[in-house]
Amino acid sequence: MSSLDIWMRENPLAYVWLGSYAVALLVFAVEIAMVRHKRKITLQQVRLMQEAEKDQEDEGTA
Amino acid sequence: MAINWFKYSAPTTFYGLAGKMVPWFAATAAVLLAAGLYLGFFVAPVDAQQGEFYRIIFIHVPTSILSMFLYLVMAGYAALGLIFNTRLSAMMATAVAPTGALFAFISLWTGALWGKPMWGAWWVWDARLTSELILLFLYLGFIALHASIDDPRRADKAAALLAIVGSVNVPIIYFSVKWWNTLHQGSTFKFSGTSMHIVMQQALLLMLLACWAYAFAVVLSRVRSIILERERHTTWIAELPEVRQ
Repeated sequence: MSSLDIWMRENPLAYVWLGSYAVALLVFAVEIAMVRHKRKITLQQVRLMQEAEKDQEDEGTA
Repeated sequence: MAINWFKYSAPTTFYGLAGKMVPWFAATAAVLLAAGLYLGFFVAPVDAQQGEFYRIIFIHVPTSILSMFLYLVMAGYAALGLIFNTRLSAMMATAVAPTGALFAFISLWTGALWGKPMWGAWWVWDARLTSELILLFLYLGFIALHASIDDPRRADKAAALLAIVGSVNVPIIYFSVKWWNTLHQGSTFKFSGTSMHIVMQQALLLMLLACWAYAFAVVLSRVRSIILERERHTTWIAELPEVRQ
């Protein structure tokens, strides 16, 4: 029996919490962070593109 | 009062609607998750055979169900996009894929952690486990194929075909425990009822609803970014307050 086997049988709740729930919550947190980051980056790109288009229009009229 | 549902199939109107729904789904998910975890860990009794290890069920079963359900949702949207050439359907399919892949990953991960104390092995090439692993690969294949094609409309079509063909795997996952002699236990919920303790059922249901609300919040939030990205040359995007500021 490995030391991990012994530890998990002595601390089943810690094994369940750290192994399953903590990992799952971490995955959810990373996904939320990625979605928020993607939103921020996309908004920045769209704003930059709009500004560039506006500058081009201004140069064209000048 | 008749509601014109087709109105919300256009990115223009759906963008605002999704923005309004995200906080509600996120708050619902947080409340249900807290309630589900409380019931699952502090109220539900210890299992007579599996001891405390069975508590993995409250994350393993909801994520497994969601991984299959989201694949069908993704394939459904992909099929709609392919047949009717609707822009939003393809965007929704693209937005669902990463969340579905993460649910499939968590399902496999928690399954391995449950398998070790119960079966003595992290992994066995059992029909249920193998078909769930194939589901994860199908999600990853969809994401990779979509990302590898520059033209979004062509990428939508190619990835849609993969999603539709891959949907045959979902009933295989569900019925695998009936069709083959597997190490994995049978369905937790059956039409004939369940032998689970009532508090265990309530905790499981709350966690399932929490995962469902979370998936909705994240997918709707992601599809808003996809709409912004794909419709960036349109005037309605230029007039959005968040773009103009």
